[in-house]
Amino acid sequence: MIDRQPHDHSATGVAAADVEEPSAVSLQPPGPPRLLGWARENLFGSVPNTVMTLLALALLWEVLPPFLSWALVHAQWGGDGAACRQAEGACWALVGERHRLMLFGVYPYDQHWRPLLATAILVTLLATSAVRAFWRPWLLWAWLAGFAGIALLMWGGVLGMPYVETDMWGGLPLTLALAVLGIALAFPLSIVLALGRRSELPVIRAFSVAYIELVRGIPLVSVLFMASVMFPLFLPEGVTIDKLLRALVGMVLFTAAYLAEAVRGGLQAVPRGQEEAADALGLSYWRKMRLIVLPQALRLVIPPIVNQFISCFKDTSLVTIVGLYDLLAATKAALADPEWRPFFVEGYVAAALVYWSFCFFMSRYSQWLEHQLATGQKR
Amino acid sequence: MAVGQGHVVKRSLLNSARFRGIVYQVVVVAVVLAVGWYLVRNTLVNLEARGIATGLDFLEREAGFGIGESLIAYSPADSYLHALAVGLLNTLQVSVLGIVVATVIGLVVGISRLSGNWLVARLATLYVEGVRNIPLLLQLFVWYGLVTALPGPRQALNPLPGIFLSNRGLKVPLPEAHPLYPWLAVALVVGLLAAWGVRRWALRRHARLGRPFPWILTGIALVLGLPAAVFVAGGAPLVWVVPQLRGFNFVGGGALSPEFAALLAGLSVYTAAFIAEIVRSGILAVPVGQTEAAQALGLSRAKTLRLIVLPQALRVIIPPLSSQYLNLTKNSSLAVAIGYPDLVSVANTTINQTGQAVEGVGVVMAAFLTISLALSLLMNWYNERVALVTR
Repeated sequence: MIDRQPHDHSATGVAAADVEEPSAVSLQPPGPPRLLGWARENLFGSVPNTVMTLLALALLWEVLPPFLSWALVHAQWGGDGAACRQAEGACWALVGERHRLMLFGVYPYDQHWRPLLATAILVTLLATSAVRAFWRPWLLWAWLAGFAGIALLMWGGVLGMPYVETDMWGGLPLTLALAVLGIALAFPLSIVLALGRRSELPVIRAFSVAYIELVRGIPLVSVLFMASVMFPLFLPEGVTIDKLLRALVGMVLFTAAYLAEAVRGGLQAVPRGQEEAADALGLSYWRKMRLIVLPQALRLVIPPIVNQFISCFKDTSLVTIVGLYDLLAATKAALADPEWRPFFVEGYVAAALVYWSFCFFMSRYSQWLEHQLATGQKR
Repeated sequence: MAVGQGHVVKRSLLNSARFRGIVYQVVVVAVVLAVGWYLVRNTLVNLEARGIATGLDFLEREAGFGIGESLIAYSPADSYLHALAVGLLNTLQVSVLGIVVATVIGLVVGISRLSGNWLVARLATLYVEGVRNIPLLLQLFVWYGLVTALPGPRQALNPLPGIFLSNRGLKVPLPEAHPLYPWLAVALVVGLLAAWGVRRWALRRHARLGRPFPWILTGIALVLGLPAAVFVAGGAPLVWVVPQLRGFNFVGGGALSPEFAALLAGLSVYTAAFIAEIVRSGILAVPVGQTEAAQALGLSRAKTLRLIVLPQALRVIIPPLSSQYLNLTKNSSLAVAIGYPDLVSVANTTINQTGQAVEGVGVVMAAFLTISLALSLLMNWYNERVALVTR
């Protein structure tokens, strides 16, 4: 308890009136209210800063109210095309009316529960794999069982479900399946390529380097064209493979080259001493890789793999060019109807929201995962 | 085994790693050759069954299809080779312009994200996170839809005098061609060389005598002033050709087709988001102590940026930046989805008409590989020039 009363401490008897009386102030340093202080520092700190803030505010003032009025206030939430044409706002009724076509493509209408269930299984598996506590061997079996279930649901033909050929698959399940299968199948190939690129055998190194540099130098559109146009030529007469498999093979070959570079980065980060110690112990090449090098390397490679998954997910939109009905192509088809064609912005915004939410959360997860794995390695 | 007995252990050939390595390589080569031979044989059989020729003779045949826009003269009577050259030029045109625009936008947005101004930083973050997570093809569709939803030429938007925006493209006034203009280009090149020479001399002099010289301002004055001087000396000939509405479209002046505008806008905006992240990470990679030391030495903010931060940041920025440039060039192949006649689009039409898929795809791959190889060599040369010299 601080004594605020003036006392006569002086031995010489200085008058109490000469000692300055401390005023009753609070212990907080004086200052303006917190919000205003923050605004002053961050928005109006200096003249250029103030100018930028004013410009930004002017921009927002020009853009935001018309946009909100279009998107929310005057928007048409239900009804049909005629009602939308009369309304002056966004036509979200398009999403309400056509969302089944956008999400599931040309899959038979009454069987939509099957791709829905397949998507749910896939998303659940992805969410489960995201939790580090579940990174155990049984996860692999869960994935295999999940894939079997998805194949069963999508193809049908048994248990009373009518058979649906792959040409009719489309929408979100197709996008997710292509992305997940693309990465899953490209991963073993990428490990082989990365190991081959670091190999001491010149022929194998030459093949790996040639493949990786060749595939990384050409656009995915070219690879997909090559897959869809040239694969039928490669097969003996009479054998056909369906469009989905061709696109999938194209994506796998493309993704494997990029993943191989990521795996190579991980392999380079494993200290040379580990390999040398394994050689000193007499381990064969494959034992050394399987037991010593790859477990350490692949741990470092997980964040780049997640990033590659995000790219792969966005790249599945390119299969529209070779005639498959993924989410983007289904949206485009939903907008092809003359009734809904003027409202293409709303349709694309809806598809963009789906892509954005997947990619944004995956990128956040990748950053979190990188942080987790890095802190695990700090001593 | 006692030394000096001359006794050599006979090792089985299989135990020699070198021997095994040779065997593996021979096996791999044999498998690749066998698979390759099988595929080639199937391809030849299939092509013959469908009556499709092989070889590159088709390049000399008449193309027979029109191309919407081209930098060089083209007519349907020209050969396929000419058509593919037009496509390649279109790809290079949109790629180079896209790279320039994307770099400018990316630099601005990247530096804005590091700004002390909270509002500007958040807006830049919103842009980057929004654009990076949406597929490029979807963005291209939106841009193309917006461009084609513009009013027709008769009700074209007229934001500035002489500039018309309609669903047939952007029309701008251009100066009429004059014999003086090539000399302006020559003057510009001379100005650039002179500016480079001034820079070299100024830096040498600074290192030798310690006296600075305002070479940046001098350089800008040379690059802008020499062409201006030539222009004025030639009598300042400037006659604008303004686009005029004739019938259903504008004639005269310069034009940007809707497909090109949409492709350029989409590619630039998408790649700029990635470039912004690269620039931001490059600037953040320079240790704070460098800036603090520069301030302790009394350097202004501009000098700190120019002399201390940027050279170190560029070392980190250039490699991923060049791979983003390559991505932009490869992404320009998406033009096939919105009807811009780039190389992939023209090659696609060629393949559809002649049926020679293998050669067509080979041409496209060769072109892209050449571009990416050239860019990689350039990047490696620059990297070696600015690499840290380590002991």
